[in-house]
Amino acid sequence: MRLTVERRLEQPRWLGLVVPVVSVVFALLVAALVLLATGHDPLSSYRQLFDAAFLSTGSIDQTLIAATPLAFTGLAAAAAFRMRVFNIGAEGQLYLGAIVAAAAGLYLGGRGGASPGVIAAMVVAGAGGGAAWAAIPGVLRAFFRTSEILTSLMLNYVAGYLLTYLIFQSESYWRQTTGFNAKVFPTGKPLPSNAVWPPWLLHAQGGIDLPLGAGIALLAALALWVLYRRTRFGFEVQVLGDSEGAARYAGVRTRRKILAVMAISGALAGIGGASQVGDFAHALDGDPNGLQKQGYGYSGIVVAALGRYNPFAVLLIAFLIGGLDNAGNTLQGANFPSGLVGVIQGIILFSALGGELLVRHRPRVVRRASVAEATPLPGAVQ
Amino acid sequence: MNNALLVVLIASGVAYGTPLLYGALGELLAERSGVLNLGVEGMMLVGAVMAFWTVQKVTGSSALALVLGVLVAAFSGAVMAAIHAFLVVTLRASQIVSGLALTIFAGAVGLSSYLGSDLNLADKPAAHTFHAIFPASMQGWPIVGPIVFGQNPLVYASWVCVIAVGYYLARTRPGLSVRAVGESPGAADAMGIDVVKYRYVHTIVGGAFAGVAGSTFTLALTPQWVNGITGGAGWIAIALVIFAFWRAELCLVGAYFFGALQALAPELQARNISLGPTELWTNSTPYVATVVVLVLVSWRGAARRLGAPASLGVPYVREEG
Repeated sequence: MRLTVERRLEQPRWLGLVVPVVSVVFALLVAALVLLATGHDPLSSYRQLFDAAFLSTGSIDQTLIAATPLAFTGLAAAAAFRMRVFNIGAEGQLYLGAIVAAAAGLYLGGRGGASPGVIAAMVVAGAGGGAAWAAIPGVLRAFFRTSEILTSLMLNYVAGYLLTYLIFQSESYWRQTTGFNAKVFPTGKPLPSNAVWPPWLLHAQGGIDLPLGAGIALLAALALWVLYRRTRFGFEVQVLGDSEGAARYAGVRTRRKILAVMAISGALAGIGGASQVGDFAHALDGDPNGLQKQGYGYSGIVVAALGRYNPFAVLLIAFLIGGLDNAGNTLQGANFPSGLVGVIQGIILFSALGGELLVRHRPRVVRRASVAEATPLPGAVQ
Repeated sequence: MNNALLVVLIASGVAYGTPLLYGALGELLAERSGVLNLGVEGMMLVGAVMAFWTVQKVTGSSALALVLGVLVAAFSGAVMAAIHAFLVVTLRASQIVSGLALTIFAGAVGLSSYLGSDLNLADKPAAHTFHAIFPASMQGWPIVGPIVFGQNPLVYASWVCVIAVGYYLARTRPGLSVRAVGESPGAADAMGIDVVKYRYVHTIVGGAFAGVAGSTFTLALTPQWVNGITGGAGWIAIALVIFAFWRAELCLVGAYFFGALQALAPELQARNISLGPTELWTNSTPYVATVVVLVLVSWRGAARRLGAPASLGVPYVREEG
């Protein structure tokens, strides 16, 4: 008896839902064993976790703050990975979006523009900054056939050092250079009030501030869905993702498509950066232990993979993972095992990845005798 | 003479480059078998924390504690890599996502942090550390003193590893088979090479190297446990494998070059030399250089000559091979 897997001809839809749910349950069980083995009470740890993430007063506000950037980087990863363009540079594209959007906000806001106009300009600037940074690996892939996986990863670090440089190692336009605080610790120049993104107040749980960025993420998810499911562009890109040869024979301009997908993905991450500046930090955060420690770009890939690259699922997963992240930050030190959140997220992802095999393949028990039958005939195509 | 900028840079390049070298050798073994493991940073951190824990616990001779520390680090790195191997070889999961998941699971917000706080390791000096083993008079010799004789045993062990890995890949039958598996798993399978076994073994041994890389931080470079102590060295190690054209001996050169770049900015500052935005370009150079090398190797045919494994990142399924 031997267990083998074979490719499914059709992927049942219900499995796409069951696998993530089972993954979460499995991860919580395994993490509970880890907690038990190290002398913690899993139930009380989990209660603390869910309280801090979703239930206690103000927790949803904090969860949304953590979830909004994840929604953007998740959409960025989904936009690219779905089309088999492996952009893992959302991290750097987010930084560049933040840098360019902050410049736009500081400049236009300082000139006293009307708030909606300034905010719109920041969104466009953030998208442009992210798209331009993503265009580097895009061009290298399209024209030199260089794998975008590693180039986009490497550029994350360059972007990170650039961000630190602008605030910590130079007297740049983004840096606060006057006042007492500026001498003690380098910080970004605060945005003028007309460049600050106003939150949208929801009357629930004692008032929830919905960041403007979260609303933009919702629109972006909708736009992405329409673009990939309902337009000729989306169809052509999908063909390209399935088979580059087939796409080329069908007359798809492959270079342009790869560049376009990279730019869309980068722009989404870039708006995430703009939202960091406009929604939350209200200045450019160049601290190596600040924005750069969050790893939103990498977590975004996790979010996208768990959401199976569906834009709406990405938003939901971003909210859940954002809740976990928020809980991990809030509970730090306070009698709560540090690192538990990363462990849980990692196991969720491992089991979701493993479960993906079941979505695409069917397990089958093969009896020893039939192994001989399975041996290919001479001349059979492998 | 031993205070000359170049001598200081090379000497600290060797010291800072050693974790990069161990990490890169491990990643090299995995990539040569066709498995891209982006979890190096996570494996390093788990190795670092476990090595630190071991030397705090072991009583007895310093040498025994340190050797045990390195072995425990190697074992923990290997266990982490086994998760990745199981997911990508057996379950055929995406190597990119699985590697990133490993870094999240094991890294600065995950298992290494959990272990560090649960085993109560923070804010303590290491009970045992690696020191230079040659007499002080030899360390004072011009040029070779600080560069060659002023290093700790982990550095000398890494030289042995470079020779071993280089010889293994180039001159032995299993080494040849690994390369076959990384180039064309289908052909290797037809030759009777067990593709699955080779990929497992090399990914796991690669993880052991990453664990040792982590131990060089907590037992030698900065002998204490701080969350996220490796500070991105795992990612540089991944870059280094490419920068070194997938060759062990070039990994050594690249590791010391990248290590020296890390030491350059503080050295220049101490000597009041200004070369533009020093931190920006010294920190970014390893990554930019790797992008340039990636473009070079992707020119037609160049990749094969320069050693990029053709099946890197591609799962092998016999029925579909």
